[in-house]
Amino acid sequence: MPKYMLIMRADDRGVEAYQELDFEQVIEAMGRYNEAMMNAGVLLAGEGLSDASEGFVVDYSNEEPLVTDGPYGETKELFNGFWIIEVASKEEAVEWAKRCPLGPGAFLEVRRVNEMDEFPQDNEWIQKEAGWREEQAQRAAKA
Amino acid sequence: MRRADEARRTVAAVWRIESARIVATLTRTVGDFALAEDLAQDALAEALAQWPASGIPSNPGAWLTTVAKRRAIDGWRRRERYDERLAAIAHDLERERAEATDATGELPYDPDAIDDDVLRLVFVSCHPVLSREARVALTLRVVGGLSTEEIARAFLVPVSTVQQRIVRAKKTLGEAGVPFEVPPREEFAARLGTVLGVLYLIFNEGHSASAGPDLMRPELGREALRLGRVLTALVPREPEAHGLVALMELTAARFPARIDANGDPVLLEDQDRLRWDRSAITRGRAALARADAIGRGRGPYALQAAIAEQHAVAASVAETDWGAIVALYGALAEVAPSPVVELNRAVAVAMADGPEAGLAIVDALADDRRLARYHPLHGVRGELLERLGRADDARAAFAEAARLTANERERAVLLARAAAPRTPT
Repeated sequence: MPKYMLIMRADDRGVEAYQELDFEQVIEAMGRYNEAMMNAGVLLAGEGLSDASEGFVVDYSNEEPLVTDGPYGETKELFNGFWIIEVASKEEAVEWAKRCPLGPGAFLEVRRVNEMDEFPQDNEWIQKEAGWREEQAQRAAKA
Repeated sequence: MRRADEARRTVAAVWRIESARIVATLTRTVGDFALAEDLAQDALAEALAQWPASGIPSNPGAWLTTVAKRRAIDGWRRRERYDERLAAIAHDLERERAEATDATGELPYDPDAIDDDVLRLVFVSCHPVLSREARVALTLRVVGGLSTEEIARAFLVPVSTVQQRIVRAKKTLGEAGVPFEVPPREEFAARLGTVLGVLYLIFNEGHSASAGPDLMRPELGREALRLGRVLTALVPREPEAHGLVALMELTAARFPARIDANGDPVLLEDQDRLRWDRSAITRGRAALARADAIGRGRGPYALQAAIAEQHAVAASVAETDWGAIVALYGALAEVAPSPVVELNRAVAVAMADGPEAGLAIVDALADDRRLARYHPLHGVRGELLERLGRADDARAAFAEAARLTANERERAVLLARAAAPRTPT
């Protein structure tokens, strides 16, 4: 069964709207949503992120990575948290995403999680692992 | 055509999410599980007919439940059985219609009451009065929300066979007068054991196909895991429910490494441990910790999970704590003695104390009539004889194992080993 990450994002409008909301109500609505996914046995992981003012951005545009503290000024897409769910189909991921208690200015981006066997088997790291594995096997044989 | 397809897949997705709650609620309402299941299927058919054109309603679960209740009323009206129950449902529908127009558009419901109903549904689907096949089919269909076609595909049997199993199962439950209830305290542990057994059976069917060309049907294993998580949410204070989830997670973690590029099985010692699913291992260990935290000790599932955990945390076969695994098998033999457990203990003993010690246990087991046709016994015997350098005896044991297995891929591997036993290293 495929796994999907539901990525919670907000723009400035969403961030402002969030400030206006009753915190208790938000917690309750999200709690119910999480519980529904847990009860359905589809929730594998999920985390919510603290305020962007505590975050920082690392920019790789120049020679040296440049670190800038949050908040980030104008925001089109502020990443605020994620869930990973395991479902039978893309449609089921859509169905769960639609039930997320979010309002105007908030978005969910839904992305499929790569499975182990999707990585290219001819990649040098994959091959390195094979070498490492043989070493391990030889060591095990000597033990 | 494409749109109709999309709508169908969406209906199927909604059904997977909602079906257990819908059937559970309906069973409570109409007081008859078999009828409730029929009504739910009718509602599903109606959704398939309507949603492609009308779009998905904002609360699809409530829509399906309401349609099913209306069907119930129509049926009774036709049979002129306008009794109290019918009046109650009609009243329900009226109230819901009034409430559906409130500000939120959400139907108020008591989630705890629904959870209790779903738990009752789980116990009915896994009732001991049913055959094992019937329990599996019914659980996948009413609790898992799988279609008859999906179940048939998973078990490589004709759709008509699954349909018959479900029809017969519903009839059996009706004739036995099985009540829609959570078992009383004195029966609870045994009945929960039956439920866990059904889930583990489904998992194992996915873990190692008992017949046919494919070694694994991981989808079925994933579904069993999902249902295990559903169960732990319903009975959070039952350590063995967490133990089973832990066992399934830790076993499924090895799925990516269990078959090679040709689809042939890879033995534990040859598996690439970097391909094990670390997230699944983390979830499995967390579930085992939850089982332990309840403080009622470890039952058979938690003990098997603990054994799987020992493998999961070891970097290689050589670095595995075989002493700990021998001790865990010893504990397992105390709470759930079986020749299969003893065979696994023999393997661990061979790893901890050498093949000679393991072979002594296996040879004692070979006299057990229950194991005469159990192909892994002969496979393990071949393995140990091989390590002792007794190539001819090993060859005979592998050939016997190949003769007894129903899994084609497994047979090919065993025959190859019978043809050319490995030399001891």
